[in-house]
Formats: sequence, C-alpha cells, structure tokens
Amino acid sequence: MSAVPLQPPRRLIEMTVDGQEVRVPEGATVLDACAAAGKDIPTLCHGDTLTPKNACRVCVVEVEGSRTLAPACSRRAEPGMVVGTATERARHSRKVVLELLASSTDLSTTPRAAEWIGEYGARPDRFGPEAATVAQPPKVDNDLYVRDYAKCILCYKCVDACGEQWQNTFAIAVAGRGFDAVISTEHDAPLTDSACVYCGNCVEVCPTGALSFKSEFDMRAAGEWDEPRQTQTTTICSYCGVGCNLTLHVQDNRIVKVSSPHDNPVTRGNLCIKGRFGYQHVQNVGPSDG
Amino acid sequence: MDLRFRDAEPSAEERAAVDAVLGPPPSGWEGGARTEEDLRFASGGHEARDRRDLLLPALHAVNDRIGWISQGALDYVCRRLTVPPAEAYGVATFYSLFSLKPRPTRVLHVCTDLACRARGAEAVRRGVAEALGPPGASWRPSPCLGLCERAPAALALEAGEVPKAAVYGPMAPDREAAGRPGPGAADDAPAGPPGVDLTERPEPPAEHAVPQAGRDGLVLLRRVGRVDPASLDDYRAEGGYAALRRAFALGPAGVVREVLDSGLVGRGGAAFPTGRKWEAAAGRPDHPHYLVCNADESEPGTFKDRVIMEGDPYALVEAMTIAGYATGCHRGYLYIRGEYPRAVRRMSHAIAAARSRGLLGDDVMGQGYAFDIELRRGAGAYICGEETAIFNSIEGYRGEPRSKPPFPVEKGLFGKPTVVNNVETLVNVPPILLAGAGAYAATGTAGSTGPKLFCVSGAVARPGVYEVPFGATLRDLLGLAGGTTGTLRAVLLGGAAGAFVRPGELDVPLTFEGTRAIGATLGSGVVLALDESVDLAGILLRIAGFFRDESCGQCVPCRVGTVRQEEALHRLSLRPAPGDAAGDLALLREVGQAMRDASICGLGQTAWNAVESAIDRLGVFSPREGSPA
Repeated sequence: MSAVPLQPPRRLIEMTVDGQEVRVPEGATVLDACAAAGKDIPTLCHGDTLTPKNACRVCVVEVEGSRTLAPACSRRAEPGMVVGTATERARHSRKVVLELLASSTDLSTTPRAAEWIGEYGARPDRFGPEAATVAQPPKVDNDLYVRDYAKCILCYKCVDACGEQWQNTFAIAVAGRGFDAVISTEHDAPLTDSACVYCGNCVEVCPTGALSFKSEFDMRAAGEWDEPRQTQTTTICSYCGVGCNLTLHVQDNRIVKVSSPHDNPVTRGNLCIKGRFGYQHVQNVGPSDG
Repeated sequence: MDLRFRDAEPSAEERAAVDAVLGPPPSGWEGGARTEEDLRFASGGHEARDRRDLLLPALHAVNDRIGWISQGALDYVCRRLTVPPAEAYGVATFYSLFSLKPRPTRVLHVCTDLACRARGAEAVRRGVAEALGPPGASWRPSPCLGLCERAPAALALEAGEVPKAAVYGPMAPDREAAGRPGPGAADDAPAGPPGVDLTERPEPPAEHAVPQAGRDGLVLLRRVGRVDPASLDDYRAEGGYAALRRAFALGPAGVVREVLDSGLVGRGGAAFPTGRKWEAAAGRPDHPHYLVCNADESEPGTFKDRVIMEGDPYALVEAMTIAGYATGCHRGYLYIRGEYPRAVRRMSHAIAAARSRGLLGDDVMGQGYAFDIELRRGAGAYICGEETAIFNSIEGYRGEPRSKPPFPVEKGLFGKPTVVNNVETLVNVPPILLAGAGAYAATGTAGSTGPKLFCVSGAVARPGVYEVPFGATLRDLLGLAGGTTGTLRAVLLGGAAGAFVRPGELDVPLTFEGTRAIGATLGSGVVLALDESVDLAGILLRIAGFFRDESCGQCVPCRVGTVRQEEALHRLSLRPAPGDAAGDLALLREVGQAMRDASICGLGQTAWNAVESAIDRLGVFSPREGSPA
C-alpha cells in the first residue's frame, strides 16, 4: 500500500468552535477546525484535492470580530479565533444560499443537497414558478462524458482541475458574467474541438453531477442507474508504470464509472484518459457484441 | 500548458491592431510566419507567459480597430501571449464593451441609469429605439456613464484606425429649448427622432461640470477651469509639483506620517485610513511594491474622478508619484474605466509630458527615485472598481474579486504588496503636504477631515461636482447646486450601494459619522435628488437591475440573490401586486441579509442597501404608498 508521506511537525493553534476548545495545526482552515470539533458543515465548492474558490458560500460561519460571515473552507485558522457554526446569521445565510441554488439549479444528483435543504428548512419554491433558472439541454458532444450545465453551480472546481491546479490543459473557463456566467470552452465550441484531453479529472471533482460519465448519463436517462446495487473495487491501472489507483464502479457485472482515490499520494484522484475511460476491453464491449 | 488553437486566422487589420500593442511576433511560435528555425527550438515557460497582463490591452486594440473580436483575432492574441483560448474567451466575455459577435463599428451607449433616469432617460431610450430600432448591435442601454451633470446622456464609441468617441448630453427629450438637429446637421450621427437630440457637438470643457470653478477657497478643484489641462507649465505655475518637492524633503516615512496625521481616509466608499494602508504596504519586506490608482469610477451618479482627470490631470500624476515614493513603489497603474475616453486621452498626455520632463521615469526630479505610471483601460465592468478585482483585471484575468485576507497590502497586484487608492483620495495628498497635516485636519470634523467632492445630480438647478468641507449639511450642498427643482421626494446618498434620505433629514452633516448616524452612507459622494415626478419603484428596479448586470457571478448569494431581488421588486412594482406583497418584502429582507453577510465582496454586500432604505425609510411598497396617484 501507499506510504503516508511524513510532514514536518507543525505548531498547533488553539481556537474555539461553538464554545468548544479545539487545536489544529498551523495552516489549517476553519473547516478543519470545525471537523476537529465534530461539526458537520455543508460544503459544495470545497474539494479535498483542490484549493477552493470559496464561491458557493454554503460553508459560511460566524467569526467573532468579523463584519461579514467567513467561508470556513478557505479562512485560515488563527490563534484565539472564536467561531460559531450554528449562529442565527450563519444558519440564515446557509439556508438562503441553499434556496438560491436549489431554485436556480437542478440539485437532483447533488449528494446531500436534499438532506441540507431539510436540515436548514430551505424553501426553494418560495421564489415562485417564474424564478429564473440555468436550465438548458445537456451538452453531449463526445462518447466519454456529458456536461449538463443545468446542474452546474459554478463552483470552479472543474476549471481548477482542468487548469492550473491539476491538469494544465485549460480547456474550459468561466465565460460571461453574473447569472449568465457559464463554464465554457472558447466560443462555446464542442469539447472535440477544444483542448480537452478527456482525463475526466473535472468529472472526478464535480460536486453536483453536472459532469458525468456518458455511461452514467445514459443509464440515468434509461432509469437503470442504481447506486446501492453498485460495488466499488480499487485496483491498479495496468496501462503504464505509474501505478495509478482506479476505483471501478460496477453494476450488474459491468464497469459503469471509474474514479480514483483522492487520498492517493501520487495521483490525488487524478487519472488520464486511459485509466479513466479505457476500460471497455475488460468487458469486451464492441460493435460486434454490443 | 499545451495550447490548442483553432484554424481561424486573423485578418490583416486585426493582426496589425494586436501587433501595434505587442510588437511584431518574434517567431512562428507566437503567431508569426513559420520558418525552419522555429522547428529547432521551443518557446514556453514563464517567459512566454509573463505578458498575460497585456491581454486586456490587446483585446482593446482589436475591439477599437474592428469594433468586435473575431475568433481569428482572439486566437492570434492567445498565440502572442501564450494564453489558453478558453481563458481569453472567458476574459473577453466578462466585459460589456467587448463583443465577440460582429456588430457595427459605431455603437451608441444610452445611459438609462439613476441620474439620467431622474432627468428623463426613459423618454430618451424610447426616442432612440424609435430612431434606431430595438436595442442590440447599433445601440444599447448602458449603466451610468459618469456624465450625470449632462443627464440624460449617451456615449458613442466608434471603432476604426483612429477610434472615435462622441458624447451626447443633455439629450433633453421633449424639450424644445434644447433644439433639434437642423437639416444636414449631423452627417455621421443617425438622424435624431423627435425630441431626442443626437447632434454631435463638441464636448464642453471639464469645468462645465464644476459650477464652483474659479472660486477662491477650493482645494481639490482649485485648478479645474484655471489651467489648460494639457499644459504642464500651467500646472507648475499654479503650484504644481511643489508637493512632490516637499515629499522628497520629508522622505517616504515623513510623507506617510503626514498622511496619517491628516486623518485622510479613502474616498472610494470604504473610508479606510489612507495613512494606515500606506504604512502597512511601505513596511512589507517583499518587493516590488505596486501602486494602483482606482479610476474605475462606475458607481451610478459618480463623476468626480472624471472631472479631476479631465480638468487637472497633472494633479493625479503628481499625487501618484508622491504615493509611490512614500510606499516604495516604482510602478503605478492607473486604471480608468473604458467609458471615459477623454479622461484616458488627457491622462495619457499628462503622463507622457511628465515623463518627457523628468517628472516620471528613472530619475524623478533628479532625486534618484524611479517611478513610472502605466495607464490601463477598463472595458465596462463595475466590479473592476473593487480593490482586488482591479488586480485581476490588470493581470489579464476575469475581473473577479479575490478573497480577503490576504489584503492588498500583503498580496495584491501580481501577488506583491500593493497600495490601491481612489483618484480623489490621492489628489488630497499634495494639499496635505503643502498645508501640513495639522492645517489639513483643521478642515472638516474630527472624524472626517479635509474637503470632500460631491457629485450632485438629478432634480437640482445646477448639477455638477461640488467641493465642500466635511461637515457641511446636505441642505447647504443642495443650496450650492441652486436648490432642488420640483418637490423633493428623497435624496439618494452614496449611489446604488448607498441609501435614501428623506426630505426632512436635509440637515444631516455630510460626514462619515453623521451619515452613519441616520443609517445612510457617503459612499463615493453621490447626491442624487429625486423629485415627486420620479417613479421610485422604477428607480429601485433599475438599482436591482444594475447589480444583477454587474455581479461578476462568482459567489452564489450575489449571482442568484441579485436576480431574485430584481424579480421580487418587479412583482412588487406591478399594481395590484400579483403575489403576496408581504411575502415578497420578507423575501427581499432574507435574501438581502444573506447577500450582506455571505457575499465575497462589497458589491454583493451592498446590493440590498438602497432597496432596504427605500422600503424602510421612504415606505415604498407600503400599502399607502402603493395606491395610484
């Protein structure tokens, strides 16, 4: 198994979360401190393998002495900080943010969204039936993955994974402004005309299912996607000598999706097109035996 | 980074426009003709990428020459600067003055924002639509153009080898006195519809916006109208560059001390103590330090910085030099909004003249201090006036605000310690050095020292920029402007991000603490008088529409919240309200609170201020108010 890389010892800093003393290593975020205190803070644009853009604002907490609420995922923990995770202001903002998101975006495939909406008493329907949404047809322009931007909350994770944080391909970026902002290739060209290398690392980090394997998209459309019936098996990619870990999601003895463990110290959840999408030979799916 | 380009080729004109900014391409790798030689080396790495900050100027060059940015042109810019096309597309689509679709070379921007609206912009919009057809390629409604003293106003931008700009105002709908275009009066302007004056006339001098021009006792506006804005000799004859000489005598720490003692606070809206900002930046060990002058004045109803830049440009050059000297900067960026062509022209002339006379450059005034100013133009984005969004814009990224901390004095432009100040803040510095901090602080009140510029517009006899010491009352100021016309309904203080003041509150002292006490704000110094003829619900809808249009889209509370705010206001403004009015008011409050608490930057945090004050203080949408007159 992979070795856990040793890190230089870090000073611990003390702070208070909801009245509870916690100690976290220097450089940790408020979210880390909240986790250390056993608090479950909702997050969307935060990813364990990326530096978050803190755009979704669903993780806001109240920091004593701060005029506005602070995004827990990005604010560095400071000694003596006093954080409130469940204050009225923090809960109110989280509730409204969930309402704004759920009223404008399709969160049906966002893990935990329904749970949080219930927990915070959010009522997305209160904006009325005329409320503007980002609804649009899914972009199906290649055989490997689908971009369904009606589900996109603009968390910037795919852009960061494609660009400077991981892949350095820069096939996509945010285009437009305000409510009309979208994730887009240049001139909204199909992916096949873009710089995309189909590593699928954007799919790996997407928190809402806006980006999904074509296999998953098709199965969902056909009503065949059944996660509880799936098994996950982590193995090693056999294409080259790097030895990336693959997690094969299998339903009815067929691979339906490939992910990669985020805690792998070499790849951090990233793969290339071969590891991510090159599994057909395993089940020998071809035109002949369709 | 492995760039992939499309096959689109730039036209010769597009290529020339880009090359005029970036110089000819050094090799086939950057879009030049491919040679044998190119195959023997590769160009890449940091060296190829470190000119990213020229992306916005290069896009401007194409847009200025052609009127829009084609696929071939964008591709060529990307090759020249080693920028991924998707990112450049994201940047180009961020700015409202750029188009990525073909459009006529001449586009008329008709201001439909608050100050113009208070003076009949809706009628102008209808008139223009009658003459030119529905808004689209050849004309478009525009957020505030900063021409509020000439409201209702419009700005025509025309692309070409020599890009042209023309300003219209007042366009005086249905006012016979304004005169209609005579036969053949306007060859290059579209024929004006009845009542809307589209005749192209020479723009009046900057001092027309300053009714006090030439009066004694002015500090900030002292030279406006007295000096030829092109003449450095005039500026020096009127006391120019004495303050920089004084700064060299005091030394950097001495200048910071004077500014600290003067009590000067930022005039852009946030009112942060300038001296503390300078002290913090000057003390940072990492170098280089940068100075950014924020002239992206886009708050609706604000035009003071334009008047300074157009009427007394050398004052800003000198003030930036002093600020740079005090904070250890050798390079200053002056970021002027794209809708200010005359200010851009005058400032670039002033910078060039100062450079040729040794007042900028490697050895300023022979004192061994190197400082130069680079002028950058915005391209139509209110958010770029936010102090960190302006860094992203200059660096060639989308003008999205950054999270703070880290603050600009720690990590600002290009990740280096940066001082960012508003134009008006900076031009306060020379008077502080000349008079001494004590004398300066004697003006105004204890909490708000010095003189302050106010942009008075709307229902007043003489709209314009006025200079009064802090502490003057709103009534004094309106009196200076010749009093209100019509029956005063409300005054909007601080612009779209500000708050409404009732007619009974005109004795409020115009200070940071005085306005705060009544729940208002000075903001950027907007004083917009609204009389009974103005439809307040319409004004609120426009404010909401402004924030919806100008939200960068980065964070959810602002991106979606501004849309929901506009939708609710739209429902409330329909009479009888189709839905549950009390429910919509509660919804506005809840969304407003979340925008204020959870947005990344000041835009989202203040997007609900004016609407809230109109509901709470003016009783707009209360049952009594709603009954049709």
